[in-house]
Amino acid sequence: MIRLEKRTAPSRFWTYAAPLLAVVLTMVCGALLFAALGKDPFETIRTIFWDPLFSEFSWYYRPQLLIKAAPLVLIAIGLSFGFRAGVWNIGAEGQYILGAICGAAVGLAFYPTESPFIFPLMVMAGALGGWAWAMIPGFLRVRFGTNEILVSLMLVYVAQSLLASMALGALRNPDASGFPGSRNLARYPSATSWINESAGLHWGVVFALIAVIFAYITLSRHIFGFHVRLSGQSPRAARFAGVNPGLLVLICMAISGALAGLAGLFEVAGPSGLISIDFNAGYGFTAIIVAFLGRLHPVGILLAAGLMALTYIGGEIAQSNLRLPAAAIQVLQGMLLFFLLAVDVLTHYRIRLTARGVA
Amino acid sequence: MDLSAINPILLLASLMVAATPILLAAIGELVVERAGVLNLGVEGMMITGAVCGFIVTINAGSPLLGFAGAAIGGALLALVFGVLTQVLLSNQVATGLALTLFGLGFAALLGQGYIGIKAPVIPKWPVPVLSDIPVIGPILFNHDPVVYLGIAIIAGVWAFLRYSRAGLILRAVGENHDAAHALGYHVIRVRLLAIMFGGACAGLGGAYLSLVRVPQWTEGLTAGAGWIALAIVVFASWRPWRLLLGAYLFGGVTVLQLNLQAAGMAIPVAYLSMAPYLATILVLVMMRAGRAPGSLAQSFHASR
Repeated sequence: MIRLEKRTAPSRFWTYAAPLLAVVLTMVCGALLFAALGKDPFETIRTIFWDPLFSEFSWYYRPQLLIKAAPLVLIAIGLSFGFRAGVWNIGAEGQYILGAICGAAVGLAFYPTESPFIFPLMVMAGALGGWAWAMIPGFLRVRFGTNEILVSLMLVYVAQSLLASMALGALRNPDASGFPGSRNLARYPSATSWINESAGLHWGVVFALIAVIFAYITLSRHIFGFHVRLSGQSPRAARFAGVNPGLLVLICMAISGALAGLAGLFEVAGPSGLISIDFNAGYGFTAIIVAFLGRLHPVGILLAAGLMALTYIGGEIAQSNLRLPAAAIQVLQGMLLFFLLAVDVLTHYRIRLTARGVA
Repeated sequence: MDLSAINPILLLASLMVAATPILLAAIGELVVERAGVLNLGVEGMMITGAVCGFIVTINAGSPLLGFAGAAIGGALLALVFGVLTQVLLSNQVATGLALTLFGLGFAALLGQGYIGIKAPVIPKWPVPVLSDIPVIGPILFNHDPVVYLGIAIIAGVWAFLRYSRAGLILRAVGENHDAAHALGYHVIRVRLLAIMFGGACAGLGGAYLSLVRVPQWTEGLTAGAGWIALAIVVFASWRPWRLLLGAYLFGGVTVLQLNLQAAGMAIPVAYLSMAPYLATILVLVMMRAGRAPGSLAQSFHASR
């Protein structure tokens, strides 16, 4: 009979090996799924995980990886603070949309003036937009004890409606003869977030790297990081250590909201270019997978975002070359999260085989 | 705007229809949470149920089989959650989210060949005699069978939790799993059964969306209904009859919003469609939630 025995401390080996095992298991199950869909499993797996990096067209795909990974890193780093402290901000998608709307609105307000101050103002507006949207569930939890998971999620749907009304109304391009969507910010030199478009480099990539370093130092060296980790592991001990739980909730929500807002702004001012009904690509939800896959650790998140970007780009290649349905990639990403959660048991428990009936 | 175009009797009758999918999903989640498990994957199970129900109905030609298929599909997906959280002891919040993300993708994959097909109409079952009463008749007693089934499940769950021995065991497991374990009850078995019941109910709710409310298959057709169901469980303080009230409240907001859109209200459509979500937040703030089950969202591991 198989029995689980709790380890006194999490296994160091499995902390690192478990995500790798999860990736391998996902590849195996993914191959079975692709075979069931009538595709060659080996070719599909190679297309998704290998071609974007090392095929003859990788010069085109590698910058794309950077573009996909940057918003995921930004959002996931923000979420990791809250998730460590037991603050479940699930509405990053909404904060991302609001950051994009606010930032783009500032940029469009200045159109067509050129000034080096416009982009920094947009960055601030984007961060503030995401921050304000995240403060709603944060404040409601601290003041009224409402569940932040539900409130932040409801606000995603509100944000999507708001985005639709902005793309069709206030922010619509007046020169587009009635087509929905705003002016293209990527073609407005003072407002674009591109640094080098052909290399896939935009300010979001730079900010993502800064966020990783900032989060690493904060979590491992600063008292605030200690309070965050303590609150997650033992809320009672945290109270004795002098942590103000309400303030911690607000700070965690503020960090994740502002970073999600930034991600939205960089996306709308660069790769996406304009506010349209569906410019958001679900990064806010995928970032949740990234945060867990990276074990809520900044460096882990960096690697996880790279892997997730790989499945996105590889999935797009498989979609166009092998006619793999887009939903299959979503299923693959869901499976990855399932396997990761499943193999986590190895980190905290030891598996023992015992004779049946021994109790 | 022409408010006289809104017929209050039709409005109240369609309120009952609009509330049914949320009500079904919420009553399932209520049982799961009373057993001490927080399954945030309701949205994923609902949409999987929606697509399973639709596929079975189109292929078998029978909505009855469709609803059965939806319940099985929802329960099987819930079982994945159950094995992960109960046997492999994973974090319930994270696993529930994973279930939603996976369910949305999985449903989209299954439903690929079914976009644009219309579901067969499910005939209404007017209750004899009662449906002829003026005003009350058309509001309460002239619906399709699933509306009655939803209310019957609520009554059944209420009676089960309040009067049956098995209901008492389920509540004990939810309030204090260590004590229940010490008394010799199988905590994990009880929880797995509750999780599967929750999945089946969510599947039924999803199928009601794809077969009656919409009635066709589109990607993402649940549009947050599963999350609203979760909110209603908190609103209801984990009590079945209050859950009915909550579901009708939200059904009412949804229907009113749609009617105002149709009546040509001056507010843009995008703002009106926010109403159900904003109402959910408002209610969560105003209603002080009752006491949650004691062991909610905690993993159980029998150490020795």
